[in-house]
Amino acid sequence: MLRYRRPAPGTQPELLHPPYVSSIKRAPTQPLIQLPHTLSETTGPSFSKEAVPPKGFDLTRQHKGEPLGERIVVSGRLMDEDGRPVAHSLVEIWQANAAGRYLHKADQHDAPLDPNFTGMGQTLTDEDGRYRFVTIRPGAYPWRNHYNAWRPRHIHFSVFGPAFATRLVTQMYFPGDPLLEFDPIYNSVPVESARKRLISMFDWATTTPEIALGFRFDIVLRGRNATPMER
Amino acid sequence: MSGETTPSQTVGPYFSIGLAWLNRCDLARGASGGERVTIRGRLLDGEGQPVPDACLEIWQADAHGNYPQPDNPQENSHARGFSGFGRIPTNDRGEFSFTTIKPGSVPGPDGRAQAPHLEISVFMRGLLRRLVTRLYFPNDPANPEDHVLNLVPGGRRATLIARPFPEDPHILEWDIRLQGEQETVFFEC
Repeated sequence: MLRYRRPAPGTQPELLHPPYVSSIKRAPTQPLIQLPHTLSETTGPSFSKEAVPPKGFDLTRQHKGEPLGERIVVSGRLMDEDGRPVAHSLVEIWQANAAGRYLHKADQHDAPLDPNFTGMGQTLTDEDGRYRFVTIRPGAYPWRNHYNAWRPRHIHFSVFGPAFATRLVTQMYFPGDPLLEFDPIYNSVPVESARKRLISMFDWATTTPEIALGFRFDIVLRGRNATPMER
Repeated sequence: MSGETTPSQTVGPYFSIGLAWLNRCDLARGASGGERVTIRGRLLDGEGQPVPDACLEIWQADAHGNYPQPDNPQENSHARGFSGFGRIPTNDRGEFSFTTIKPGSVPGPDGRAQAPHLEISVFMRGLLRRLVTRLYFPNDPANPEDHVLNLVPGGRRATLIARPFPEDPHILEWDIRLQGEQETVFFEC
């Protein structure tokens, strides 16, 4: 029977992380109950090529003009803990514009919207689990979590993988960002080596001459266990 | 080994920018047969306040108990056209509503059938990881034997079972409470 491995201790955030103030009234207080993996957890939704907009990978070509800011290529591989590529899997991203403003009614940050930038992308991984987006380097922005709180530059990632159990939403950060050290969301992951895997790497190979810097962000989903039937 | 699973991070307050394009509140579309039901309710935080910026994702089998998936080991999938997937945002009042068909029972451990249920992920600002829960159907004869329901302390089991709406048999009600006396049961998936 197919099962997915549980994450190693400290490699995922705790639900209650008081420095991230919104978690206090929203994290459950009762202990979570371990859900045995059945067909309900080891299967999951799949999305066809037709379901995904063909130009969804290029966030710089969704409007008449070009968005402002520094054009970047963000690419990487989606794989499982055993290094197996996760093929044909939906990857969705969203982000702030170069000025650090989201195209969202709840974002009141005093920074300009960009009429040529929505900040939404989607694509499917290829046979080898690879994905690629063209976008704009998002700006940092203030939030009200604590005094003088600023989110480091980041891109939100949503991935499905092969099963309900592998569903993952995360955030990609940029190397050398001085705000990471102060960010309660980034620092909610207890183990430092795990946390650092949220930081993309500058990538010479995908840096495109005269066009864009490249950043590489590989995403690892849970590995599979083929264990005997539970007794 | 290529390393450990990438850590989860919150969807934050602006996820609708990236996720709303795939909102799907009618899961019954494309289903061949099955009892149509509308499930509606509210999502409430630790102060009993409605959560207006949340998103539920549903994963469920079809009326025959088959999951639509290319490498599904089950044979005879009758699920063509039925995606089994839903993505439902809460509104400004913290309410959600979706229409689907009641799934059939699917195999559980030891080959015993599970009671019909939906798999549910909950995403919102303030949650560093998704929450996972299940929704069961009221008065289903398989509920008392369901192995997952039986892992839940008796006093909390009711939080996983929808309530019939007295005025319309095709409507079920189910609230999600993040904290408090009737805190919904959440699972480590």
